Amino acid sequence: MSTHRHNLAEVIAIPEGRRSIVLVGNPNVGKSVFFNALTGRYVDVSNFPGTTVEIHQAPYGEDILLDTPGVYGVSSFNDEERVARDIIMHADVVINIVDALHMERDLFLTLQVIDMGIPMVVALNMMDDAAEHGIAIDIEKLSSLLGVPVVPTVAVKNQGIKELEAALSQAKAGFADPELEANIKRLTNQGIMRPDALLILEGDGEVAREHHVKPEGLREEIYLRRRRRANDIVAAVVQVKDSKKKWAQRLSGWSLRPLTGIPMLVVVLAAVFWFVGVFIAQTVVGITEEVIMSGYYGNFITGLVYRFFDKGSFLGDLLAGEFGVLTMAPIYLFGLLLPLVIGFYLSLSLMEDSGYLPRVATLADRVLTSLGLNGRAVIPIILGFGCVTMATITTRLLGSRRERMIATALLGITIPCSAQLGVIAGLIAPLGLRFLLIYIVTILFVFVALGTALNKLLPGESTPLLIDLPPLRLPRLKNVLAKTYVKTVSFMKEAGPLFVLAAVLITVMEYTGLLQWLQGVLSPLTVSWLQLPAETATAFIMGIMRRDFGAAGLYGMALTPKQTLIGLIVITLFVPCIASILVIVKERGLKEGSYIWVGSLVIAFLAGGILTRLI
Amino acid sequence: MTLAEVKQGQNVKICRIPDEIIRAQAIRFGVCEGTVVRCTEKLPAGPVVIAKGMQELAVGRKLAERITVREAS
Repeated sequence: MSTHRHNLAEVIAIPEGRRSIVLVGNPNVGKSVFFNALTGRYVDVSNFPGTTVEIHQAPYGEDILLDTPGVYGVSSFNDEERVARDIIMHADVVINIVDALHMERDLFLTLQVIDMGIPMVVALNMMDDAAEHGIAIDIEKLSSLLGVPVVPTVAVKNQGIKELEAALSQAKAGFADPELEANIKRLTNQGIMRPDALLILEGDGEVAREHHVKPEGLREEIYLRRRRRANDIVAAVVQVKDSKKKWAQRLSGWSLRPLTGIPMLVVVLAAVFWFVGVFIAQTVVGITEEVIMSGYYGNFITGLVYRFFDKGSFLGDLLAGEFGVLTMAPIYLFGLLLPLVIGFYLSLSLMEDSGYLPRVATLADRVLTSLGLNGRAVIPIILGFGCVTMATITTRLLGSRRERMIATALLGITIPCSAQLGVIAGLIAPLGLRFLLIYIVTILFVFVALGTALNKLLPGESTPLLIDLPPLRLPRLKNVLAKTYVKTVSFMKEAGPLFVLAAVLITVMEYTGLLQWLQGVLSPLTVSWLQLPAETATAFIMGIMRRDFGAAGLYGMALTPKQTLIGLIVITLFVPCIASILVIVKERGLKEGSYIWVGSLVIAFLAGGILTRLI
Repeated sequence: MTLAEVKQGQNVKICRIPDEIIRAQAIRFGVCEGTVVRCTEKLPAGPVVIAKGMQELAVGRKLAERITVREAS
């Protein structure tokens, strides 16, 4: 977690004379669509230093357009807010996207940016949705109350984008809270910029420290006044007629009550698993990985490399061997990971944009509370059954470090990914129901025991659930595609270098004999403790490369049903694949990453060894 | 009484929200001390869902037990 502030100029080079235009809005208001509509398709993604939050920027005419993470307000409650805060505070112009259906919530942020005194234009988005819900909004009155231009838009249909661009030249600082002025003047007289002054008054310790002043305890007073202003504005400009969208309210109720909500969740999850785990992971990857990347590309590149380097030489292996930089890295990256990543982000964006995800979190809250998490953790856990690597990234949305650690450990250790699940199902099905049940109960037991133990052991307290339930709505295809595109680009940029690094590392390990040495070291453990044949050690080592390799490695061996079961349990609980480990280290740091890695080894062998003596 | 004791469909006025950060987050979502909200759903031993106008919030049960409310018509 970053505790110091970043100067925008350190992160993004904004050339002299160019203005920075910043998109600001609550989560899921359609910022990605605006970003794409305004700039075309070119995005430059970079990581904000010290955080895992990405920022997107692109040239916009003479200026630079920057996107910010979706936030409900600006302060330092979490990394997203810190990043949004630092970008907004250096903005020349803000485009504030407001969800017309959710004005009570969204106007809080609008008024906060107005209080900062930054020139602004409001895009009142999803106007068609609001109309369907029987909501009429007096745009002119809203504009006159806020003191900034307000443009009604339906970004997914490209409506209002031109008008928004035209309004940019009329962006102005709106009507700030008049009661703030005396206090703000007191600080700006000391040479502090107005946005910083506001945040110091609101008690933002990080901003205050930078200016060597004390944070002031006026947050609640300012927030309450701002809330009252937002409510008054909504009361003055919004007229609610009879909603035609009664189905959305009824569906919302059903999705929350356990009796109807759980079956609904099962159906939705089954659909996602089918889409990602079967359609993408098997059908699509079958073409992209096996035919295109391994086949055409693989043959081409190995042929090319071996014309210059001998097969079996270090350089030849490094470039085009089994784990080569030009073979394994691009084949996995583009053949396997890219389609999976697109599939995931599509599913996730659909669930996000429909408003279903926060309802699932509400439904799961009770169960997850006992594991030291809250309902929001359901998102990474569900995604983990598809791909642990991707799911680990989404632990960012959890409220505290402690929760991110628990969720990452549960994911890395107990959740089998879809690739592995396929192989596990194939191996366990012939053994009969008894073995299947033992497998499920064991993994579930470890999941609950590990969560409960971490909840007891880790210091601090987890954050309680307090989430916004946006109205259920049909997701907009364009919105979903825009989000998927932006997130996929970011992911590939992050994962690319990691894969090349992994390829180099494994080749070196194999070439130096380290890999074979590890197999030898592991074998006493497998033979005497787990009562498995010595060769299973190879399967475990392979499991480090990719989890499904590990399970697949058990296929060829002559194992008794009991040995198969023990082997599968150990493989499931065993360390996550290299891609996951790299992402875990990136997200949680080397220390916590190593704990998870070592912990998974201990738990896997402990569970396997005990179970083999029990059954 | 606390928010955890509210029945589905009941209107209550929020009297006290513990913890400064949670109070600030609730204000951003449109709920502060003095706001009248309606309990739209209550999950068994789980979160309490409250609504104010179009805005709906899910409040974890443990947090709901720490929020004091008064009956409102």
